[in-house]
Amino acid sequence: MKSEKLQLFDGSLPVEQITNEWYREYKDSNFGAIITFVGVVRDEDGIEGLSFDIYEPILKAWFASWQKKANDNNAIVLMAHSRGDVLNHTSSYIAAVCSPKRRVALELIDEFVEDFKQSAPIWKYDIINNERIYAQDRSTKISGAGILN
Amino acid sequence: MVNIEFLGPIKKEALRLDINNLNELSRALKQDEELSVWLESCAVAVNDVLVASKDTVLKDGDKVSLLPPVCGG
Repeated sequence: MKSEKLQLFDGSLPVEQITNEWYREYKDSNFGAIITFVGVVRDEDGIEGLSFDIYEPILKAWFASWQKKANDNNAIVLMAHSRGDVLNHTSSYIAAVCSPKRRVALELIDEFVEDFKQSAPIWKYDIINNERIYAQDRSTKISGAGILN
Repeated sequence: MVNIEFLGPIKKEALRLDINNLNELSRALKQDEELSVWLESCAVAVNDVLVASKDTVLKDGDKVSLLPPVCGG
C-alpha cells in the first residue's frame, strides 16, 4: 500500500523510516530526481527543543494545491511534519520532490519549502524550562492577514 | 449562530456569535482587549477556506477561524 503523501507525527520524525519508505516507493516510478529536505532542530538560544501546533484542514488544502502544481510539472511533492514537542538535534520537517527532471525538482523543492514557511498553518514554540513560548518574532503573517483590524 | 475559533498561540476558548458578516465579527472582537491585539496579524478562514474581504457574508452554522502568524519546519 502506498503511504500518504502528507504525513503528520506526534513528536520527532522517524527520518530514516520516512525517507527510506519514500525511496522504496518511488525509485521504480521513473523519477530521475528525488530530492529530500530534512529540517533538524538546532540547539540555540537555550532552547530544549521546539513544539508545534497544526491546523490540519487548511494544511491539507495547502498541500493539495502544491500537489496539483507539482503534478502539472509531472512531479509529486511529499511532506512529513511533527505535532507537539521535538527535541534538539531531531527532525520536525521533511519535504521531498520526485520529478523526471533534475531542474524541475531543484526549483520545486525551493519554492515548496519557502511557501511552506510563509503559508502552512503551523505554529512554532520554543521549549525553554519545559514551557512553550510562541516564536512570534520568527513567524510570518499569512497573506491577507489583518482583514478584521 | 456562527462559531469562532482561535488557532495556535491565541489562548481563547471558541465563541458562538449571532453575526452576519466579518465586519460584525471585527466589531465584536475589538471589544475584547486580549483578542484585539491579534486582529492586525491574523488571517481569517471561513469553513476552512481563507478569505480576503471583511464583507464576507456569514450564515448560521459557519465556522470562522483566526490564524495568527505561522512558522512551520
